[in-house]
Amino acid sequence: MRFIIVTGTPAAGKTSVMMHTIRHLLTEGLKVAACKIDCLETSDDRRYRSLGIPVAVGLSDYFCPDHFYVANLEEIFSWAEEQEAEILVLETAGLCHRCAPAVDGCLSICVIDNLSGIDTPRKVGPILTTADIVAVSKGDIVSQAEREVFRRKVEMVNPRARIIELNGLTGQGSLRLKKEILESSPVNRIEGKELRYSMPAAVCSYCSGETIIGSTYQMGNIKKVDFGRKSSG
Amino acid sequence: MVKKINILAGQDKSANLEVIEMLEVQAGEILAVVGPTGSGKTQLISDIEQYAAGETPSRRHVLINDLAAGDYDGQLSFRRLVAEVSQNMNFVIDMSVEEFLLMHAQIREIDRPEIVTKEVIKVTNELAGEPVSKQDNITVLSGGQSRALMVADVALISNAPVVLIDEVENAGINRLQAMSFLAGQGKVVIVVTHDPMLSLMADKRIVMKNGGMLKLQETTQEEKTVLKQLIEVDQKLSILRDNIRQGGSINKETLREGELL
Repeated sequence: MRFIIVTGTPAAGKTSVMMHTIRHLLTEGLKVAACKIDCLETSDDRRYRSLGIPVAVGLSDYFCPDHFYVANLEEIFSWAEEQEAEILVLETAGLCHRCAPAVDGCLSICVIDNLSGIDTPRKVGPILTTADIVAVSKGDIVSQAEREVFRRKVEMVNPRARIIELNGLTGQGSLRLKKEILESSPVNRIEGKELRYSMPAAVCSYCSGETIIGSTYQMGNIKKVDFGRKSSG
Repeated sequence: MVKKINILAGQDKSANLEVIEMLEVQAGEILAVVGPTGSGKTQLISDIEQYAAGETPSRRHVLINDLAAGDYDGQLSFRRLVAEVSQNMNFVIDMSVEEFLLMHAQIREIDRPEIVTKEVIKVTNELAGEPVSKQDNITVLSGGQSRALMVADVALISNAPVVLIDEVENAGINRLQAMSFLAGQGKVVIVVTHDPMLSLMADKRIVMKNGGMLKLQETTQEEKTVLKQLIEVDQKLSILRDNIRQGGSINKETLREGELL
């Protein structure tokens, strides 16, 4: 089974991009399953279900969605095997710039949009720097010049990635993404594989329900702002 | 260097072979794509942009200098085949025109970015109705100024060999001049349009129907003559437009004076 991890910034068009791509895969007669990880609520499962494929949803609720994701990878893998899927598309919540869901041996796709601003590639972090493929969306509504600048900024933070410009409305570019998925290697098991980058750390009093502000109420793994830091802007 | 682009026929929306079996456009040529809404203009452009090799819904194949996408084996010297200027596009970066152009030129690794930046602003001002200054914030430019700047930037900074002009409105930018400027830079210029002036300005036009290339029409000498008359009519219309913009009113007398009646 090919295990495809889809990450990206909020509202960049992760689901739209994958819907077009999955349609191409289905046309080739491949069996695809999709799983969506989110926090409190999602409607992306309905969109995936409209393709007539098996869909699972994991809502992390009070948990960091990235930690929730990694703690469930084995179960998600087994579920997709039970569905006899040849390709599993796992879409992460895509919320925090410190998310790091990429796994060695699994194709990792980061969806990011031209409208998010040219500083975004530098700020995004592991979802972009560890991606195999960067799908850049919403290029149809910004100038050619900005598309070129944005693309270069992506290359600067991840020179290894293949960049695909994709239109989530029309699906233009999704054939190339389909090709990349077909060329990726299948994995036999997910257990024992390694994250490409450590997850954001947590375990402080706020993780376990504390709501009051102030150092007295803080325990565990706490990091404070360094006000001496020079702006790098 | 791209010398020419060929599009080999695929099929229309009813899976019939396209009437036009091969369409060739050379560098410096202008091709108009015409046809009613839903006739397949966008798919044709999309095929060129994706360097189609039979895998798109139209099943067309695109050749560049007689080579298919596979023949280049990933060694394409240009990042993107098609640079686009459309009515939907905006600048979203918060910086001055000069800063932005310098950044784009540096990213494209152009020697002497200051010189090309000056040149882009000069061309922008030749194309735009209202002057653009290098200190202007790029996000506050008017529609016409933005379009003019996009054309000048595509012509002088972007290296895409094919330029697509999509439904650009006539307000605030001299489109005919913009097209001949792009063609003069050795670009393949493709213009999607419903406007008779733009269609006749092209060297040839491809007529789309039901997703297929139906007819290829070279612009005739007579059409070139007609174009000159159309431009005159358009100039007269623009006098009326300016009159209305400046608070004037229009009656039959104005039309007679403007030789429109």
